[in-house]
Amino acid sequence: MSASAPAGTDSSAPHGHPEEGFFRKYLWSTDHKIIAMQYLLTGMAMALIGGFTVYAFRMQVAFPGESVPGFGQVTPGAYNALVTSHGTVMIFWVAMPVLIAAFGNYLIPLMIGCDDMVFPRLNRLSYQIFLLSAVVFIATFFVDGGAFGGAWTAYPPLSTKPEYSLTPLGAPLWLIAVALEFVAFLIGGINFVTTVMNSRAPGMKMFDVPIVVWMIIAASILFMASIGPLIAGAMMMLMDQLAGTHFYDPTQGGDPVLWQHLFWFFGHPEVYVVLFPALGIVAEVITVFARKKLFAYKTVLYTAIGTCVLSFFVWAHHQFVAGIDPRMANVFSVTTLLISVPIAEMLFVFIATLYGGSIRLATPMLWALAFLVEFLLGGVTGIFLGASAADIYFHDTYFVVAHFHYTFFPIAFIAVFAGLTYWFPKMFGRMMNETLGKIHFWGTVIPFNFIFIPLFITGASGDHRRIYNYNHFPDLARPELQDLRVLATVALVVLLAFQLVFLVNFFWSMRKGRKAEANPWKANTLEWAAASPPPHGNFAELPTVYRGPYEYSVPDRPDDYWPQHMPG
Amino acid sequence: MDAVIVKDRSAVGARRRPLIPNAVLGMLIFIVTEAMFFAGLISALTIVRSSAMGGLWPPPGQPRLPVGQTAFNTAALLVSGLLLLFAAWRFRREARSARWPLLASVLLGLTFVALQGVEWVALLKEGLTLTSGAHGGFFYLIIGMHAAHAVAALVALAVCLARLMRGTLEGAFFGAAQAFWYFVVAVWPVLYLRVYF
Repeated sequence: MSASAPAGTDSSAPHGHPEEGFFRKYLWSTDHKIIAMQYLLTGMAMALIGGFTVYAFRMQVAFPGESVPGFGQVTPGAYNALVTSHGTVMIFWVAMPVLIAAFGNYLIPLMIGCDDMVFPRLNRLSYQIFLLSAVVFIATFFVDGGAFGGAWTAYPPLSTKPEYSLTPLGAPLWLIAVALEFVAFLIGGINFVTTVMNSRAPGMKMFDVPIVVWMIIAASILFMASIGPLIAGAMMMLMDQLAGTHFYDPTQGGDPVLWQHLFWFFGHPEVYVVLFPALGIVAEVITVFARKKLFAYKTVLYTAIGTCVLSFFVWAHHQFVAGIDPRMANVFSVTTLLISVPIAEMLFVFIATLYGGSIRLATPMLWALAFLVEFLLGGVTGIFLGASAADIYFHDTYFVVAHFHYTFFPIAFIAVFAGLTYWFPKMFGRMMNETLGKIHFWGTVIPFNFIFIPLFITGASGDHRRIYNYNHFPDLARPELQDLRVLATVALVVLLAFQLVFLVNFFWSMRKGRKAEANPWKANTLEWAAASPPPHGNFAELPTVYRGPYEYSVPDRPDDYWPQHMPG
Repeated sequence: MDAVIVKDRSAVGARRRPLIPNAVLGMLIFIVTEAMFFAGLISALTIVRSSAMGGLWPPPGQPRLPVGQTAFNTAALLVSGLLLLFAAWRFRREARSARWPLLASVLLGLTFVALQGVEWVALLKEGLTLTSGAHGGFFYLIIGMHAAHAVAALVALAVCLARLMRGTLEGAFFGAAQAFWYFVVAVWPVLYLRVYF
């Protein structure tokens, strides 16, 4: 189907050849929407694994030594493997595929008004490599020695020497899985950028591109520019593990801190790689549900580009306690505090967009508003960690864990739920249930705060992370904090339980939900000009663009929206 | 526009005239990542070198790298790049006339890879191996990664040559292959200066 690729002209026979079998249609498709669904469902399945791992190790922290229902006794090795897997899975196999690959693949061709990506077969290859990476990752649980337990940052020498990591097979397989995943997103990113540059609908100028598309492009460029050094570092690590080289071995002229530089040179831009698509989703949802033009479109765009550049100069704030030169720590403190300015500005832009709007609190909007609130808390607590003096105290405490999750949970889950509930009618042609949606919303956001506010408190009291059982360390045990640890764990279990509501709503609405029209939210962007769900080839007639994406409540018009493809 | 006549991808692409063809643009974006990959390797080497014991590099007891012999290889690679530029210029004028400069460019590229291989054999005999400390590791990793890129680019150029002989070579494909070879050629002097000296 890729050879005679589709133009989508007739919805009854979308691309002029007969209906394909299940395999060709859903598993071997080059259709960007099917590939997006593959990424989305794989990401959701991996999120279940990530959720299960956190359940097991948090139960161990709250009730040390007791058998965890559904898992059993958590041994120290298993605890390390669970924590490592939770971090790795949630970042590389949930946030990245859902935010960038699933939303990027689904939205880019639809929102710029073309029929598919410019390299559809590369797109299919990208998902297949991604799936392979997920399989390799899951395989690490079943090899001799078990899954890698050296944290998702994989610092040497713990990660390079089997006598330290105790996972002679788990460690290299983990690295190979992550590397394969990078290859998949590299291919995807090339596809995204080329498509947006070369395939926009006629009339769509640079500043007519919806902000979410810009954000995914900015994230892709950022990813591709930062991933090179990490691939170099990962190659050196793999050779240290398997070929007996000494890149990170100080006894043979190597340098273990070198890995930290290479890792965080990627690792910090990675935060913005996942943040940008989330901000873009929130921008789209807020304009539609406030019926207002996005405040300061160009400022948002330039701010994003500035943040991309600045994000390459903050990485060493992860290494304040790694023995770097204090003068260097000062420089990185300043850049780190600086980078909070553009992000704060974007939040202000969204608040300004809300101001004076006709706000409708539908489920997607609730998620978008929750994103602003929760992410703000994450951003503000980052200031403490960016200041090198404070970081020396906070480093490796639960304060860092709470800060990180206050940024990452809004990105990887709250914004994703905003996007999924908003685009669900387009994806599946049916509406989601609003009541279940709201139950899920409150059942997620309230427990989320009950998990991580206690961890801020324990962290600020000096509770060290990476401790398997506090009772083993009488100096660190702090029995008075145990109630807070238990509270966080109970809230986590409640949060996980409420995700069942989402899964029920998602799969039930997919088949039984109320039928959605082409444009149920009365939005302007081009994806709503296609049928719900769009056929292979997307548009009955490829659209032409006449105006920007955010023309809401324009005076002297009968409707309060003005779609991009409507002439006149 | 009449929607029904849109039958294949190229017709959809023709709705907009891209400034840079898709294949070339995709390759250019890939090259950005590749440039960052080599920048990562070079900065890693720089960090390790700058903290080497006593500031001595290569470390005591390790062989020096053959600077002179590699200068010759470098010249072969650079001439190959220039010949490819010439071939591209001929290709735009009269496609078939590009085959001799293209063939010469591929052969010179192969010469470069072969001579590098000969050099490796000699170094291995002198006892410089992957596992003999950071010096050997970096040498074989960086130069080996470059060689792997060179081989991949040469395969692409050989495919171009075969298609040129059959008269089926498309400008965009040739452009993408060229861009990759120019990258391999352009990154080499940097690696040469940082690794060999």
